[in-house]
Amino acid sequence: MKAVVIGCGRVGSAVAKGLLADGWDVTAVDETEDALMRLGPTWPGGFVIGHGLDTSVLEQAGIEDTDAAVVATDGDNTNVVLGQVLQKRYGTRTVVVRVLDPARAKFYADRGLNTVCPTQTAISTLLETVQKSAPERAEAS
Amino acid sequence: MYIIVAGGGKVGSNSTRSLLQMGHEVTLIEQRPDRFARLEEEFGPVVMRGDATEISVLERAGIARPPELLLAVTGDDEDNLVISQIAKEGYGVDKAIARVNDPRNQPHFDLLGVRQTVCATTSILGLVEHEVPEHGLVRLLQLQEEGLEVVEVQIESNSPVAGSRVGGLKLPEGSRLISVFRHGRTELVEPSTVMRPGDQVLAVVQNDAALDLRKALLGAPK
Repeated sequence: MKAVVIGCGRVGSAVAKGLLADGWDVTAVDETEDALMRLGPTWPGGFVIGHGLDTSVLEQAGIEDTDAAVVATDGDNTNVVLGQVLQKRYGTRTVVVRVLDPARAKFYADRGLNTVCPTQTAISTLLETVQKSAPERAEAS
Repeated sequence: MYIIVAGGGKVGSNSTRSLLQMGHEVTLIEQRPDRFARLEEEFGPVVMRGDATEISVLERAGIARPPELLLAVTGDDEDNLVISQIAKEGYGVDKAIARVNDPRNQPHFDLLGVRQTVCATTSILGLVEHEVPEHGLVRLLQLQEEGLEVVEVQIESNSPVAGSRVGGLKLPEGSRLISVFRHGRTELVEPSTVMRPGDQVLAVVQNDAALDLRKALLGAPK
């Protein structure tokens, strides 16, 4: 199974390494060569330098016959645009897109994009943790 | 009418000034603090500070009214695409015009349904081609929704149609000749019009008939 990971920061590089450990054939894409360092000194997967919206970069990364794509650059708008391009232009079967802004994540999720919003996860977890830790106070008030 | 302008750079600020002079109601959204301060001096409460790709910012600007027109003219193509999509799909804004900064991103705008776009580079190149008709065909205007294109073809002395009457020509399906520009004058094309070398022929073509029309008028490319 082939996966392309676009945006190779803290999140992207960890996802790329995780997929590789699971036996996936992984190609990472990032704008800078520095990102390769995050993948470790002996990264055996593919690596392409360039912007994700540059179709020649995508094609060089093998987007046309990939089974899954993870989009996690540092720009929400780049990610949602790129996710839609992968779905509509290349028909990529599984596309997951990181979106930090909860409102935009919901907007595009409602339109069929598989978005993951770490901010929303943090909000929910923080709320839940606090609410669980103080049941008496919540009941008292 | 009510118009939201997203992005207060040269394009956005000059558009805002002109639209206000025309008597329209405008809200201009600008994110950068220094730029916002300068715009506020000129435009006062017309300018709003914020990131126009954030839904809450667009809502404060009145996107839900909705505006009759939205201009997405920031310097970032992804931002312009997202602003246009939120406006059209989320709030039913009828007309959204998006600026394309890098012409290589044009296919992404087309793919994601943002049909009305303006790209300075493409426009300038169109004008250059108009001045230097290298391939004999100049694409003057594309009407994407209508699937029509206005093109100009220059007739050469070796063109197969040189010396022929328009009424007798076999032109590709989906093409119409409109006018001929010769000796500094424009004439509307009639069936009796005779094509002459040096004529600049204006034509309307449907979808992808432009290249077929060029072939019919100029012959196969060398």
